[in-house]
Amino acid sequence: MVTRHSFDQELQDLHLELIKMGSLVEESIENTITALKKQDIELARKIFRNDDLIDDLEQKIEKMCLALIARQQPLAKDLRTISTALKIITDMERIADHSADIAEITIRMAQEKYIKPLIDIPKMANLAKQMVKRAIDAYVKQDIELAQKVCDSDDEVDDLFFKIILELINIMKNDSQTIEQAINFMFIAKYLERMADHATNICEWVVYNVTGEHDHLARHIYKDDSVNNPFVDNA
Amino acid sequence: MGNDSSLKIYTKNLNLFYEDVHALKNVSLDIEERKVTALIGPSGCGKSTFIKTLNRMNDLIPGVKINGEVYLDGVNIYQEYDIVELRKRVGMVFQKPNPFPMSVYDNVAYGPRIHGIKSRSRLDEIVEKSLRNAALWDEVKDRLKQNALGLSGGQQQRLCIARVLAVEPEVVLMDEPTSALDPISTLKIEDLIDELKEKYTIIIVTHNMQQAGRISDKTAFFLHGEVVEYDFTEKIFSKPSDKRTEDYITGRFG
Repeated sequence: MVTRHSFDQELQDLHLELIKMGSLVEESIENTITALKKQDIELARKIFRNDDLIDDLEQKIEKMCLALIARQQPLAKDLRTISTALKIITDMERIADHSADIAEITIRMAQEKYIKPLIDIPKMANLAKQMVKRAIDAYVKQDIELAQKVCDSDDEVDDLFFKIILELINIMKNDSQTIEQAINFMFIAKYLERMADHATNICEWVVYNVTGEHDHLARHIYKDDSVNNPFVDNA
Repeated sequence: MGNDSSLKIYTKNLNLFYEDVHALKNVSLDIEERKVTALIGPSGCGKSTFIKTLNRMNDLIPGVKINGEVYLDGVNIYQEYDIVELRKRVGMVFQKPNPFPMSVYDNVAYGPRIHGIKSRSRLDEIVEKSLRNAALWDEVKDRLKQNALGLSGGQQQRLCIARVLAVEPEVVLMDEPTSALDPISTLKIEDLIDELKEKYTIIIVTHNMQQAGRISDKTAFFLHGEVVEYDFTEKIFSKPSDKRTEDYITGRFG
């Protein structure tokens, strides 16, 4: 006997809205990278508009979740699915915010010649984008193996982050005229690193949704990691 | 597990037949002392039958056959056990409030009188204490002589609880005690259960998942006369181990 037809339908609607939000977030990262590389102000402005859409969608999904909790009193898997949705929309919204942050810097630097050719930053951005994309895929397919893989790749993003910072420090040491832009690039690198962290958060919630266990899946860099960390004096 | 001193009741391979119907199948359940244990499951799954075996309420139903063991404080209640004593130690509250058609006072004093208490002052004391423990005293203290049938449904149910408490039981069985009550009366009974568990071991049958979630420490899920899953309530309602439990509590069948 099939019961709870409308509840299942509402959960399916929720799922579809999350996928929609996920694809908007992916698009915003994509645009962010392109706008930064091409110094494209129009595209950067489009990211802001996209961000408003994502914020609206976050609110809409939040309302759907709260209504489901109030009306259906979900339990077990249903409860995990709805709380997972509530948590990951925050991560997705933050990722989109960071896209907007980077777009803002892009606009600010649009008239300047970059102090260095952009190689590692786009590489890092692509990695972060892939992580976000795969995190959303892991959610859609409820694939915990994929979720674990995404978390593992966070190390690569962190390595690139430190590499970029180190390079920027050296550029600044050689020429104080570069400091302003270098700081902007540092922010950009930091935003990208945070995006990747949010992708791992999403994956952790996917694993929670499937298994009921919420663990930290990404390895964290120790502050005294003197191999990579440019803030640690290696001398 | 039977040697654990915190176990108030445990059953071993308990089977019950109504004529040809096998209503309980090898039920082995450990009930902890001074905890609330909730029994959930679809209608006809055996949960009410099960709690009735704990104070032998099924004995007189024609065609009932029981085998297996039920231990109360380590003693098998199906072997040489005084049923009057058993029912005093293991009280029961039913789905529909069933006060006797007599005064509020006499309802509560009924049990103690049967057990031989005649002193008026002693009975006054028991009636007040029981009504207080059932969170009903303030509402009925000026109408103790009035007929109990004039009370509201929620008050009647708390009166039935007071009637059980008056004989100072150790275990209180409750068979859907709030299913006929409005939400406020339900919450009053739930608050009461929370207070009662300091002194009593409580076993409650409920069809209300949220109620089981709110008030119980452990939950057993019954299906077709078997215990499918028995675990901490939080575990049952957030991540049950058995697919059938998951399907039941999320409303996929039942």
